[in-house]
Amino acid sequence: MSELDIQVELVETILVRFLKSEAGKFGFSRAVLGVSGGVDSAVSAALAARAFGPKNVLGVMMPYKTSNPDSEGDARKVIAALGIESRRVEISAMVDGYCDANGVTERIRRGNVMARCRMIVLYDLSAEGRGLVIGTSNKTEILLGYSTQFGDSASALNPLGDLYKHQVWQLARHLGLPASVIEKAPSADLFEGQTDENELGFTYAEVDRLLVRMIDERCSRDELVREGFAPEFVDKVARRIALNQYKRLPPVIAKLSPRSVNHDFRYLRSWGH
Amino acid sequence: MNCRVQLAQVEPTLGNIDANLAMHLAEIDLAVKAKADLVLFPELSLSGYFLKDQTAEVALALDAPPIRRLLERSKEISIAVGFAERARDGRIYNACAFLEDGKVLAVHRKVHLVQYGMFEEGRDFAAGERFDVVESRRGRFGILICEDMWHLPASWLHFLAGVDAILVPSSSPGRGVTEKEPRLRSTQVWHTLQEALALFFQTWIVYVNRVGSEDGISFSGGSRIVDPFGRETARIEGVETGRANAEITGDALRRARVSTPLRRDEKPWIVLRALESGQRELERNEEREGGSSRA
Repeated sequence: MSELDIQVELVETILVRFLKSEAGKFGFSRAVLGVSGGVDSAVSAALAARAFGPKNVLGVMMPYKTSNPDSEGDARKVIAALGIESRRVEISAMVDGYCDANGVTERIRRGNVMARCRMIVLYDLSAEGRGLVIGTSNKTEILLGYSTQFGDSASALNPLGDLYKHQVWQLARHLGLPASVIEKAPSADLFEGQTDENELGFTYAEVDRLLVRMIDERCSRDELVREGFAPEFVDKVARRIALNQYKRLPPVIAKLSPRSVNHDFRYLRSWGH
Repeated sequence: MNCRVQLAQVEPTLGNIDANLAMHLAEIDLAVKAKADLVLFPELSLSGYFLKDQTAEVALALDAPPIRRLLERSKEISIAVGFAERARDGRIYNACAFLEDGKVLAVHRKVHLVQYGMFEEGRDFAAGERFDVVESRRGRFGILICEDMWHLPASWLHFLAGVDAILVPSSSPGRGVTEKEPRLRSTQVWHTLQEALALFFQTWIVYVNRVGSEDGISFSGGSRIVDPFGRETARIEGVETGRANAEITGDALRRARVSTPLRRDEKPWIVLRALESGQRELERNEEREGGSSRA
């Protein structure tokens, strides 16, 4: 038992209802999402399959030529287990077309280009099949800003955005997803040998425990340190959260008129229809 | 007093009064069929909850056609409905109208607007100032809209007035999924509060909460009726739309109040004295500091 443990059945019920209800408001009854072979997209796909029916969900595999073949293997397992529709769109030509012509060699830039090419594919297939793009970013990575803006973070509805990584794993087990997907080390698979925990410099278990105390329970820095979190760790995570706020918000609009979008033009996404 | 109350756990469409009115009329049909005397709808049931800038666009005066339509139906059954009320002076309130026999018997304007966390009611609504009793032919009711229930003096005033039931229309978002039991933390907290108030104030508590999702915020339902002993007598399971009814009876009130005569033994004048002396102290402090916080 962990303080992060969720009531999985309750969460499943709420998230499935959320997907159906929010998509329905915009006249959508179909979904599109990238299936990477990782646990996040597997859980989103499983929830979408329950909300819309497997035949109304398109899982898209988008490998790059250096992607780990195991990722695609796991993605296929997820798609087969859920019985959802699938499509394979290799992004190598798209990525190389831009990167080679413009001399983009830096690893991080190439990774961002890959993530944004995948976004382009998903949004195009969204238009092709009238399916809403379902997000796969969890609360841990949203808070840490561990994602590419307008890339893997782009979606219309995100059922995972309020679940820490620990909770995504828990939900994945409840939803009966393939063991290899749940047990492997999380990775964005943007370059060879990449793992989330190596890149972040801490484990999900450590940071989830910190985040729930810091964000959900509003503990002060003093309280966290007294509880045994290393001060450097607390500061590093707090800094990351603050620095990445821009990724979580729409672009900044300079106010000029009496009523400006996002400042004092306040409506939810659907109203009055 | 005996009154069969129907809880209408509905899912309003944000900002669409026409669709919501049709939904209310359908629920009223069902309540009439179920032989209910009173049907209770959630907070802002005619308009939806997170209105923000829509507040002024969907606000209704008491003589607006949708209210008139409901007034017609109130000849068959008493109706408590939530809406954004445009008062004569232009202020807009988060209100619950109690309609009976073709008349507006009472309008409760939410006193404790929620203005923290995800809530911005204080930005869009004016606050009510009173906790009046609804003198209905079905019984004597106090109405508390959602957050009103979290402020003990609100239900205490209804206790002093000796109401038969406190009606609580609510639009409460579900949150907290890490409890040991398979129930939302927020639902659990509401239930605890209802039972506590029923016990403290020996009255029926009739709670109706909406369901559905508005921009990712899911309302958690959990509508129920609790008797004056703090025991549940009706409940709608889950977070789906639904309805349930139960009779609220004067017999239960009598039995509860005879076995433990809390109202008889209450000493509100002690509270009054404390408030008055606190007020005098406040005034003395203000004089000393040479200012006044009051206009």
